[in-house]
Amino acid sequence: MRFVHGVKADITADIVYMMCPMHLLKLDEMIKGLDAGQVLEILTDYDGALEDIPQWCKRTGNEFIGLDEDEDYYKFYVRKTDKQQKGES
Amino acid sequence: MRRCYFDHVATNPLHPEVLDVMMPYFKEDFGNPLSIYDLGTSAREAIEKARGQVAGLINAKPQAIVFTSSGAEANNFALRGIAFARQNQGKHAIVSKVEHHSILNSARFLEKSGFVVTYLPVDKHGIVDPDTVKKSINKETVLISVTHASSEIGSIEPIREIAQIAKEHRVTLHADGVATTGNIPVDVKKLGVDLYSMAAHQFYGPKGAGALYVKEGTRIAPLIYGGIQEGGRRAGTENVPAIVGMGKAAEIAAQELPGRMEHCRKLRDALIDSVLKVPNVHLTGHPEKRLPHHSSFVVEFIEGEAMLLMLSMKGILSASGSACSSRALKSSPVLLSLGVPSALAQGSIVFSLGTDNSMEDINYFIEEFPQVVKKLRDMSPFSSGWGQGGEGDKCYTGG
Repeated sequence: MRFVHGVKADITADIVYMMCPMHLLKLDEMIKGLDAGQVLEILTDYDGALEDIPQWCKRTGNEFIGLDEDEDYYKFYVRKTDKQQKGES
Repeated sequence: MRRCYFDHVATNPLHPEVLDVMMPYFKEDFGNPLSIYDLGTSAREAIEKARGQVAGLINAKPQAIVFTSSGAEANNFALRGIAFARQNQGKHAIVSKVEHHSILNSARFLEKSGFVVTYLPVDKHGIVDPDTVKKSINKETVLISVTHASSEIGSIEPIREIAQIAKEHRVTLHADGVATTGNIPVDVKKLGVDLYSMAAHQFYGPKGAGALYVKEGTRIAPLIYGGIQEGGRRAGTENVPAIVGMGKAAEIAAQELPGRMEHCRKLRDALIDSVLKVPNVHLTGHPEKRLPHHSSFVVEFIEGEAMLLMLSMKGILSASGSACSSRALKSSPVLLSLGVPSALAQGSIVFSLGTDNSMEDINYFIEEFPQVVKKLRDMSPFSSGWGQGGEGDKCYTGG
Protein backbone atom coordinates (compact mmCIF):
# COMPACT_ATOMS: atom_id res chain seq x y z
CA MET A 1 0.00 0.00 0.00
CA ARG A 2 1.24 3.46 -0.91
CA PHE A 3 1.03 6.02 1.94
CA VAL A 4 1.09 9.73 1.16
CA HIS A 5 0.83 12.97 3.14
CA GLY A 6 -0.28 16.45 2.25
CA VAL A 7 -1.85 15.64 -1.11
CA LYS A 8 -3.89 18.59 -2.38
CA ALA A 9 -7.25 17.44 -3.69
CA ASP A 10 -9.57 19.31 -6.04
CA ILE A 11 -12.68 17.78 -4.50
CA THR A 12 -13.52 15.67 -1.43
CA ALA A 13 -16.19 13.03 -0.90
CA ASP A 14 -16.88 12.34 2.78
CA ILE A 15 -18.45 8.88 3.03
CA VAL A 16 -17.36 8.00 6.56
CA TYR A 17 -19.89 5.53 8.07
CA MET A 18 -21.13 4.51 4.62
CA MET A 19 -20.69 0.84 3.89
CA CYS A 20 -19.86 -1.20 0.77
CA PRO A 21 -20.37 -0.49 -2.09
CA MET A 22 -20.81 3.27 -1.45
CA HIS A 23 -17.03 3.82 -1.70
CA LEU A 24 -17.02 2.52 -5.29
CA LEU A 25 -20.27 4.20 -6.33
CA LYS A 26 -19.15 7.55 -4.95
CA LEU A 27 -15.74 7.16 -6.55
CA ASP A 28 -17.32 6.45 -9.92
CA GLU A 29 -19.82 9.32 -9.56
CA MET A 30 -17.27 11.90 -8.44
CA ILE A 31 -14.54 11.00 -10.93
CA LYS A 32 -17.00 11.51 -13.79
CA GLY A 33 -17.28 15.16 -12.86
CA LEU A 34 -13.52 15.81 -12.91
CA ASP A 35 -11.15 16.86 -15.70
CA ALA A 36 -8.04 14.82 -16.45
CA GLY A 37 -5.31 15.63 -13.95
CA GLN A 38 -7.68 16.61 -11.14
CA VAL A 39 -7.48 14.81 -7.81
CA LEU A 40 -10.33 13.29 -5.83
CA GLU A 41 -10.07 12.70 -2.08
CA ILE A 42 -12.34 10.07 -0.54
CA LEU A 43 -12.78 9.89 3.24
CA THR A 44 -13.97 6.48 4.38
CA ASP A 45 -13.74 4.19 7.38
CA TYR A 46 -14.62 1.11 5.33
CA ASP A 47 -11.71 -1.35 5.47
CA GLY A 48 -12.70 -3.01 2.20
CA ALA A 49 -11.72 0.21 0.42
CA LEU A 50 -8.05 -0.65 1.06
CA GLU A 51 -8.32 -3.34 -1.56
CA ASP A 52 -11.18 -2.04 -3.70
CA ILE A 53 -10.04 1.49 -4.52
CA PRO A 54 -6.56 0.57 -5.88
CA GLN A 55 -8.22 -2.25 -7.85
CA TRP A 56 -10.84 0.12 -9.25
CA CYS A 57 -8.09 2.50 -10.37
CA LYS A 58 -6.24 -0.32 -12.09
CA ARG A 59 -9.40 -1.42 -13.86
CA THR A 60 -10.47 2.05 -15.02
CA GLY A 61 -6.99 3.40 -15.80
CA ASN A 62 -7.11 6.19 -13.23
CA GLU A 63 -4.08 6.84 -11.05
CA PHE A 64 -4.14 5.67 -7.46
CA ILE A 65 -1.96 8.27 -5.75
CA GLY A 66 -2.10 6.66 -2.32
CA LEU A 67 -3.75 6.90 1.06
CA ASP A 68 -3.33 8.81 4.24
CA GLU A 69 -4.67 7.81 7.65
CA ASP A 70 -6.62 10.13 9.92
CA GLU A 71 -7.58 9.28 13.49
CA ASP A 72 -10.50 7.04 12.60
CA TYR A 73 -10.78 6.97 8.82
CA TYR A 74 -8.73 6.70 5.63
CA LYS A 75 -8.13 9.38 3.02
CA PHE A 76 -7.75 7.95 -0.48
CA TYR A 77 -6.38 10.04 -3.36
CA VAL A 78 -7.19 9.29 -6.99
CA ARG A 79 -6.08 11.36 -9.99
CA LYS A 80 -8.26 11.23 -13.06
CA THR A 81 -6.25 10.34 -16.15
CA ASP A 82 -6.98 11.22 -19.76
CA LYS A 83 -7.82 7.57 -20.33
CA GLN A 84 -11.20 8.37 -18.82
CA GLN A 85 -13.12 11.25 -20.34
CA LYS A 86 -15.34 13.58 -18.29
CA GLY A 87 -18.78 12.04 -17.86
CA GLU A 88 -17.54 8.57 -18.84
CA SER A 89 -17.39 5.72 -16.40
CA MET B 1 -74.45 12.17 14.01
CA ARG B 2 -71.98 14.87 13.10
CA ARG B 3 -68.31 13.82 13.10
CA CYS B 4 -65.74 16.42 14.07
CA TYR B 5 -62.20 15.18 13.63
CA PHE B 6 -60.14 17.29 16.02
CA ASP B 7 -57.06 15.06 16.23
CA HIS B 8 -54.90 16.30 13.36
CA VAL B 9 -51.69 15.97 15.37
CA ALA B 10 -52.35 12.22 15.56
CA THR B 11 -52.72 11.99 11.80
CA ASN B 12 -54.49 13.54 8.83
CA PRO B 13 -56.66 12.30 6.00
CA LEU B 14 -54.79 11.82 2.74
CA HIS B 15 -55.17 14.72 0.30
CA PRO B 16 -57.08 13.38 -2.74
CA GLU B 17 -54.40 14.61 -5.18
CA VAL B 18 -51.79 12.79 -3.12
CA LEU B 19 -53.62 9.50 -3.47
CA ASP B 20 -53.90 10.03 -7.24
CA VAL B 21 -50.15 10.41 -7.72
CA MET B 22 -49.42 7.42 -5.48
CA MET B 23 -51.70 4.93 -7.22
CA PRO B 24 -49.55 4.13 -10.29
CA TYR B 25 -46.68 3.12 -7.99
CA PHE B 26 -48.88 0.48 -6.37
CA LYS B 27 -49.85 -0.85 -9.81
CA GLU B 28 -48.10 -0.49 -13.15
CA ASP B 29 -45.03 1.46 -11.93
CA PHE B 30 -44.08 -1.12 -9.31
CA GLY B 31 -40.37 -1.26 -10.15
CA ASN B 32 -37.48 -1.32 -7.73
CA PRO B 33 -35.68 2.04 -7.95
CA LEU B 34 -32.33 0.24 -8.11
CA SER B 35 -33.24 -1.80 -11.20
CA ILE B 36 -31.57 -0.60 -14.39
CA TYR B 37 -34.51 -1.13 -16.76
CA ASP B 38 -37.34 1.36 -17.41
CA LEU B 39 -39.51 0.29 -14.49
CA GLY B 40 -36.66 0.97 -12.11
CA THR B 41 -35.79 4.25 -13.79
CA SER B 42 -39.33 5.59 -13.47
CA ALA B 43 -39.44 4.67 -9.76
CA ARG B 44 -36.02 6.26 -9.23
CA GLU B 45 -37.05 9.44 -11.00
CA ALA B 46 -40.26 9.59 -8.95
CA ILE B 47 -38.25 9.42 -5.73
CA GLU B 48 -35.90 12.16 -6.89
CA LYS B 49 -38.86 14.35 -7.82
CA ALA B 50 -40.31 13.80 -4.33
CA ARG B 51 -36.95 14.64 -2.79
CA GLY B 52 -37.02 17.98 -4.55
CA GLN B 53 -40.61 18.64 -3.46
CA VAL B 54 -39.86 17.87 0.21
CA ALA B 55 -36.68 19.96 0.04
CA GLY B 56 -38.72 22.83 -1.40
CA LEU B 57 -41.09 22.82 1.57
CA ILE B 58 -38.25 23.49 4.04
CA ASN B 59 -35.86 25.44 1.75
CA ALA B 60 -33.23 22.67 1.66
CA LYS B 61 -31.09 21.21 -1.10
CA PRO B 62 -32.63 17.97 -2.43
CA GLN B 63 -29.51 15.95 -1.64
CA ALA B 64 -29.91 16.88 2.04
CA ILE B 65 -33.18 14.94 2.30
CA VAL B 66 -33.02 11.30 3.49
CA PHE B 67 -36.32 9.45 3.30
CA THR B 68 -37.32 7.29 6.26
CA SER B 69 -40.37 5.24 7.23
CA SER B 70 -41.65 7.78 9.77
CA GLY B 71 -40.90 10.80 11.86
CA ALA B 72 -39.96 8.49 14.71
CA GLU B 73 -37.35 6.79 12.53
CA ALA B 74 -36.00 10.19 11.50
CA ASN B 75 -35.68 11.15 15.18
CA ASN B 76 -33.96 7.86 16.07
CA PHE B 77 -31.65 8.24 13.08
CA ALA B 78 -30.73 11.80 14.05
CA LEU B 79 -29.92 11.08 17.68
CA ARG B 80 -28.12 7.79 17.26
CA GLY B 81 -26.53 8.75 13.95
CA ILE B 82 -24.94 11.94 15.25
CA ALA B 83 -24.08 10.59 18.72
CA PHE B 84 -22.21 7.60 17.28
CA ALA B 85 -20.61 9.59 14.47
CA ARG B 86 -19.23 12.13 16.96
CA GLN B 87 -18.57 9.92 19.98
CA ASN B 88 -14.81 10.31 19.63
CA GLN B 89 -15.27 14.04 20.19
CA GLY B 90 -17.48 13.67 23.26
CA LYS B 91 -20.28 11.66 24.80
CA HIS B 92 -22.71 14.28 26.05
CA ALA B 93 -26.09 15.05 24.49
CA ILE B 94 -28.78 17.58 25.41
CA VAL B 95 -32.51 17.13 24.83
CA SER B 96 -35.49 19.03 26.21
CA LYS B 97 -38.07 17.57 28.57
CA VAL B 98 -40.91 18.28 26.13
CA GLU B 99 -39.66 15.94 23.41
CA HIS B 100 -41.63 13.16 21.75
CA HIS B 101 -40.98 9.63 23.01
CA SER B 102 -38.93 8.86 19.90
CA ILE B 103 -36.41 11.45 21.14
CA LEU B 104 -36.65 10.74 24.87
CA ASN B 105 -36.32 6.99 24.40
CA SER B 106 -33.46 7.41 21.93
CA ALA B 107 -31.77 9.58 24.57
CA ARG B 108 -32.30 6.82 27.14
CA PHE B 109 -30.76 4.35 24.69
CA LEU B 110 -27.74 6.64 24.36
CA GLU B 111 -27.42 6.70 28.15
CA LYS B 112 -27.32 2.90 28.15
CA SER B 113 -24.60 3.15 25.49
CA GLY B 114 -22.33 5.25 27.69
CA PHE B 115 -23.49 8.77 26.85
CA VAL B 116 -24.47 11.37 29.41
CA VAL B 117 -27.73 13.16 28.60
CA THR B 118 -28.94 16.46 30.01
CA TYR B 119 -32.72 16.91 29.98
CA LEU B 120 -33.48 20.60 29.64
CA PRO B 121 -36.20 22.07 31.85
CA VAL B 122 -38.88 24.29 30.33
CA ASP B 123 -40.96 27.20 31.62
CA LYS B 124 -44.66 26.96 32.47
CA HIS B 125 -45.52 27.28 28.77
CA GLY B 126 -43.12 24.52 27.78
CA ILE B 127 -40.54 26.85 26.26
CA VAL B 128 -36.82 26.07 26.48
CA ASP B 129 -34.64 28.98 27.64
CA PRO B 130 -31.66 29.32 25.24
CA ASP B 131 -29.53 30.46 28.19
CA THR B 132 -30.17 27.10 29.87
CA VAL B 133 -29.00 25.39 26.69
CA LYS B 134 -25.82 27.47 26.77
CA LYS B 135 -25.18 26.63 30.42
CA SER B 136 -25.72 22.91 29.76
CA ILE B 137 -23.02 22.67 27.09
CA ASN B 138 -19.66 21.29 28.19
CA LYS B 139 -16.55 20.20 26.32
CA GLU B 140 -18.04 16.73 25.82
CA THR B 141 -21.28 17.96 24.20
CA VAL B 142 -21.75 16.80 20.62
CA LEU B 143 -25.52 16.95 20.12
CA ILE B 144 -28.55 19.06 21.04
CA SER B 145 -32.07 18.01 20.11
CA VAL B 146 -35.03 20.31 20.73
CA THR B 147 -38.45 19.93 19.19
CA HIS B 148 -39.54 22.77 16.92
CA ALA B 149 -43.01 22.42 18.45
CA SER B 150 -44.52 19.89 20.80
CA SER B 151 -47.57 18.07 19.48
CA GLU B 152 -48.89 17.85 23.03
CA ILE B 153 -48.84 21.52 23.99
CA GLY B 154 -48.23 23.23 20.65
CA SER B 155 -45.57 25.65 21.92
CA ILE B 156 -43.03 26.74 19.31
CA GLU B 157 -39.45 26.62 20.58
CA PRO B 158 -36.76 29.27 19.95
CA ILE B 159 -34.79 27.10 17.53
CA ARG B 160 -32.95 29.98 15.83
CA GLU B 161 -31.54 31.22 19.12
CA ILE B 162 -30.56 27.68 20.15
CA ALA B 163 -28.94 27.14 16.72
CA GLN B 164 -26.77 30.21 17.22
CA ILE B 165 -25.53 28.81 20.54
CA ALA B 166 -24.97 25.34 19.07
CA LYS B 167 -22.97 26.82 16.19
CA GLU B 168 -20.78 28.88 18.54
CA HIS B 169 -19.92 25.70 20.46
CA ARG B 170 -19.61 23.42 17.38
CA VAL B 171 -22.43 21.23 18.64
CA THR B 172 -24.71 19.52 16.10
CA LEU B 173 -28.34 20.67 16.41
CA HIS B 174 -31.33 18.51 15.55
CA ALA B 175 -34.90 19.80 15.65
CA ASP B 176 -37.93 17.54 15.58
CA GLY B 177 -40.13 19.17 12.96
CA VAL B 178 -42.82 16.50 12.79
CA ALA B 179 -45.50 18.78 14.24
CA THR B 180 -44.37 21.90 12.38
CA THR B 181 -43.56 20.81 8.82
CA GLY B 182 -46.50 21.68 6.60
CA ASN B 183 -48.25 23.48 9.46
CA ILE B 184 -46.09 26.59 9.81
CA PRO B 185 -43.41 27.98 7.45
CA VAL B 186 -40.11 26.14 7.91
CA ASP B 187 -36.80 27.31 6.49
CA VAL B 188 -33.95 25.12 7.68
CA LYS B 189 -31.36 27.65 6.54
CA LYS B 190 -32.94 30.49 8.51
CA LEU B 191 -33.45 28.21 11.51
CA GLY B 192 -29.79 27.19 11.34
CA VAL B 193 -30.38 23.53 12.18
CA ASP B 194 -28.11 20.68 11.09
CA LEU B 195 -30.87 18.06 11.11
CA TYR B 196 -34.66 18.31 10.92
CA SER B 197 -37.25 15.49 11.13
CA MET B 198 -40.51 15.35 9.19
CA ALA B 199 -43.50 13.02 8.78
CA ALA B 200 -45.72 13.01 5.68
CA HIS B 201 -49.00 12.21 7.43
CA GLN B 202 -48.75 15.41 9.43
CA PHE B 203 -49.37 17.42 6.25
CA TYR B 204 -51.97 15.27 4.45
CA GLY B 205 -49.46 12.81 3.04
CA PRO B 206 -49.42 9.06 3.65
CA LYS B 207 -48.38 7.22 6.78
CA GLY B 208 -45.16 5.23 6.42
CA ALA B 209 -43.15 8.10 4.95
CA GLY B 210 -40.88 10.48 6.79
CA ALA B 211 -37.64 12.28 6.13
CA LEU B 212 -34.59 13.62 7.87
CA TYR B 213 -32.92 16.77 6.59
CA VAL B 214 -29.16 16.32 7.00
CA LYS B 215 -27.25 19.49 6.21
CA GLU B 216 -24.49 18.96 3.68
CA GLY B 217 -21.21 18.11 5.36
CA THR B 218 -22.85 16.59 8.46
CA ARG B 219 -21.38 13.19 9.14
CA ILE B 220 -24.02 10.71 10.32
CA ALA B 221 -23.89 6.97 11.03
CA PRO B 222 -26.73 5.00 9.39
CA LEU B 223 -29.48 3.54 11.55
CA ILE B 224 -30.19 0.76 9.04
CA TYR B 225 -27.34 -0.94 7.20
CA GLY B 226 -27.75 -2.77 3.94
CA GLY B 227 -27.92 -1.50 0.40
CA ILE B 228 -27.09 1.78 -1.28
CA GLN B 229 -30.52 3.39 -0.98
CA GLU B 230 -30.50 7.04 0.10
CA GLY B 231 -26.79 7.29 -0.66
CA GLY B 232 -26.00 4.47 1.77
CA ARG B 233 -27.47 6.47 4.65
CA ARG B 234 -30.72 4.49 4.92
CA ALA B 235 -30.84 0.98 3.50
CA GLY B 236 -33.99 -0.86 2.43
CA THR B 237 -36.04 -0.87 -0.75
CA GLU B 238 -37.84 2.44 -0.81
CA ASN B 239 -41.57 2.73 -0.12
CA VAL B 240 -42.02 4.37 -3.51
CA PRO B 241 -45.78 5.12 -3.36
CA ALA B 242 -45.44 6.67 0.10
CA ILE B 243 -42.40 8.73 -0.87
CA VAL B 244 -44.17 9.96 -4.02
CA GLY B 245 -47.17 10.84 -1.84
CA MET B 246 -44.97 12.68 0.64
CA GLY B 247 -43.48 14.71 -2.20
CA LYS B 248 -46.88 15.70 -3.57
CA ALA B 249 -48.19 16.51 -0.08
CA ALA B 250 -45.15 18.73 0.48
CA GLU B 251 -45.72 20.53 -2.82
CA ILE B 252 -49.39 21.17 -1.97
CA ALA B 253 -48.54 22.22 1.59
CA ALA B 254 -46.03 24.77 0.29
CA GLN B 255 -48.74 26.29 -1.91
CA GLU B 256 -51.61 26.15 0.57
CA LEU B 257 -49.80 26.90 3.82
CA PRO B 258 -50.89 30.55 4.35
CA GLY B 259 -54.55 29.66 3.72
CA ARG B 260 -54.40 26.57 5.92
CA MET B 261 -52.87 28.53 8.77
CA GLU B 262 -55.44 31.30 8.56
CA HIS B 263 -58.34 28.81 8.38
CA CYS B 264 -57.12 26.77 11.35
CA ARG B 265 -56.15 29.74 13.50
CA LYS B 266 -59.61 31.27 13.16
CA LEU B 267 -61.33 28.03 14.19
CA ARG B 268 -58.79 27.30 16.89
CA ASP B 269 -59.18 30.72 18.51
CA ALA B 270 -62.95 30.31 18.62
CA LEU B 271 -62.49 26.88 20.19
CA ILE B 272 -60.07 28.16 22.83
CA ASP B 273 -62.41 31.06 23.72
CA SER B 274 -65.30 28.66 24.25
CA VAL B 275 -63.35 26.06 26.23
CA LEU B 276 -61.90 28.65 28.59
CA LYS B 277 -65.42 29.80 29.49
CA VAL B 278 -65.89 26.47 31.27
CA PRO B 279 -64.78 26.93 34.92
CA ASN B 280 -61.52 25.32 36.08
CA VAL B 281 -60.15 24.65 32.63
CA HIS B 282 -56.65 25.86 31.73
CA LEU B 283 -54.85 26.26 28.44
CA THR B 284 -51.54 24.40 28.29
CA GLY B 285 -48.63 25.55 26.16
CA HIS B 286 -47.89 29.09 25.08
CA PRO B 287 -50.92 31.34 24.50
CA GLU B 288 -49.43 32.97 21.36
CA LYS B 289 -46.24 31.16 20.30
CA ARG B 290 -48.05 27.98 19.35
CA LEU B 291 -49.03 25.95 16.29
CA PRO B 292 -51.99 27.66 14.56
CA HIS B 293 -54.08 24.48 14.47
CA HIS B 294 -53.37 23.42 18.04
CA SER B 295 -55.16 23.86 21.35
CA SER B 296 -54.51 21.92 24.53
CA PHE B 297 -56.02 22.09 27.97
CA VAL B 298 -56.17 20.53 31.39
CA VAL B 299 -59.63 20.16 32.86
CA GLU B 300 -59.80 19.99 36.63
CA PHE B 301 -61.57 17.18 38.51
CA ILE B 302 -62.02 14.74 35.62
CA GLU B 303 -59.85 12.39 33.58
CA GLY B 304 -58.92 13.05 29.98
CA GLU B 305 -59.75 9.49 28.99
CA ALA B 306 -63.34 9.87 30.20
CA MET B 307 -63.68 13.12 28.27
CA LEU B 308 -62.31 11.46 25.13
CA LEU B 309 -64.79 8.63 25.36
CA MET B 310 -67.78 10.82 26.00
CA LEU B 311 -66.81 13.31 23.30
CA SER B 312 -66.26 10.47 20.83
CA MET B 313 -69.80 9.26 21.57
CA LYS B 314 -70.90 12.69 20.37
CA GLY B 315 -68.73 12.38 17.25
CA ILE B 316 -65.99 14.70 18.52
CA LEU B 317 -62.64 12.95 18.07
CA SER B 318 -59.73 14.31 20.09
CA ALA B 319 -56.70 13.17 22.09
CA SER B 320 -55.44 13.21 25.62
CA GLY B 321 -51.80 14.23 25.41
CA SER B 322 -49.62 12.25 23.09
CA ALA B 323 -50.97 9.07 21.52
CA CYS B 324 -48.26 7.12 23.38
CA SER B 325 -49.04 8.62 26.79
CA SER B 326 -52.79 8.26 26.44
CA ARG B 327 -52.52 4.57 25.59
CA ALA B 328 -50.21 4.00 28.55
CA LEU B 329 -52.75 5.70 30.86
CA LYS B 330 -50.03 7.64 32.60
CA SER B 331 -49.47 11.31 33.25
CA SER B 332 -47.78 13.01 30.36
CA PRO B 333 -44.10 13.73 31.14
CA VAL B 334 -44.47 16.83 28.97
CA LEU B 335 -47.24 18.25 31.19
CA LEU B 336 -45.37 17.31 34.35
CA SER B 337 -42.33 19.19 33.05
CA LEU B 338 -44.51 22.34 32.79
CA GLY B 339 -45.24 22.02 36.50
CA VAL B 340 -48.76 20.66 36.05
CA PRO B 341 -49.58 18.51 39.13
CA SER B 342 -49.91 14.84 38.17
CA ALA B 343 -53.58 14.60 39.21
CA LEU B 344 -54.43 17.55 37.01
CA ALA B 345 -52.31 16.21 34.14
CA GLN B 346 -54.78 13.31 34.00
CA GLY B 347 -57.34 15.82 32.79
CA SER B 348 -55.37 16.64 29.68
CA ILE B 349 -57.12 17.08 26.35
CA VAL B 350 -55.84 18.21 22.94
CA PHE B 351 -57.95 19.54 20.05
CA SER B 352 -56.00 19.92 16.82
CA LEU B 353 -57.73 21.22 13.72
CA GLY B 354 -57.31 20.79 9.99
CA THR B 355 -58.49 21.84 6.57
CA ASP B 356 -61.52 19.53 6.82
CA ASN B 357 -62.90 21.37 9.86
CA SER B 358 -65.45 24.20 9.62
CA MET B 359 -67.01 26.80 11.90
CA GLU B 360 -70.08 24.53 12.03
CA ASP B 361 -67.84 21.89 13.65
CA ILE B 362 -66.68 24.43 16.21
CA ASN B 363 -70.23 25.58 16.94
CA TYR B 364 -71.32 21.97 17.47
CA PHE B 365 -68.35 21.42 19.78
CA ILE B 366 -69.15 24.61 21.73
CA GLU B 367 -72.61 23.23 22.44
CA GLU B 368 -71.44 19.77 23.47
CA PHE B 369 -68.18 20.29 25.38
CA PRO B 370 -69.56 22.11 28.48
CA GLN B 371 -72.25 19.44 28.85
CA VAL B 372 -69.69 16.64 28.72
CA VAL B 373 -67.53 18.33 31.35
CA LYS B 374 -70.53 18.97 33.59
CA LYS B 375 -71.75 15.39 33.32
CA LEU B 376 -68.33 13.95 34.16
CA ARG B 377 -67.82 16.37 37.06
CA ASP B 378 -71.21 15.42 38.48
CA MET B 379 -70.01 11.81 38.56
CA SER B 380 -66.51 12.66 39.83
CA PRO B 381 -65.55 12.09 43.47
CA PHE B 382 -63.46 15.27 43.10
CA SER B 383 -66.33 17.40 41.83
CA SER B 384 -66.11 19.72 44.82
CA GLY B 385 -62.32 19.92 44.64
CA TRP B 386 -59.28 17.71 44.92
CA GLY B 387 -59.94 16.96 48.57
CA GLN B 388 -57.61 17.57 51.49
CA GLY B 389 -53.85 17.39 51.23
CA GLY B 390 -51.68 15.63 48.72
CA GLU B 391 -50.31 16.72 45.40
CA GLY B 392 -53.72 16.95 43.80
CA ASP B 393 -54.73 19.68 46.20
CA LYS B 394 -52.73 22.24 44.24
CA CYS B 395 -54.65 24.28 41.74
CA TYR B 396 -52.83 24.82 38.44
CA THR B 397 -52.37 28.45 37.55
CA GLY B 398 -49.79 28.07 34.83
CA GLY B 399 -51.91 28.24 31.72
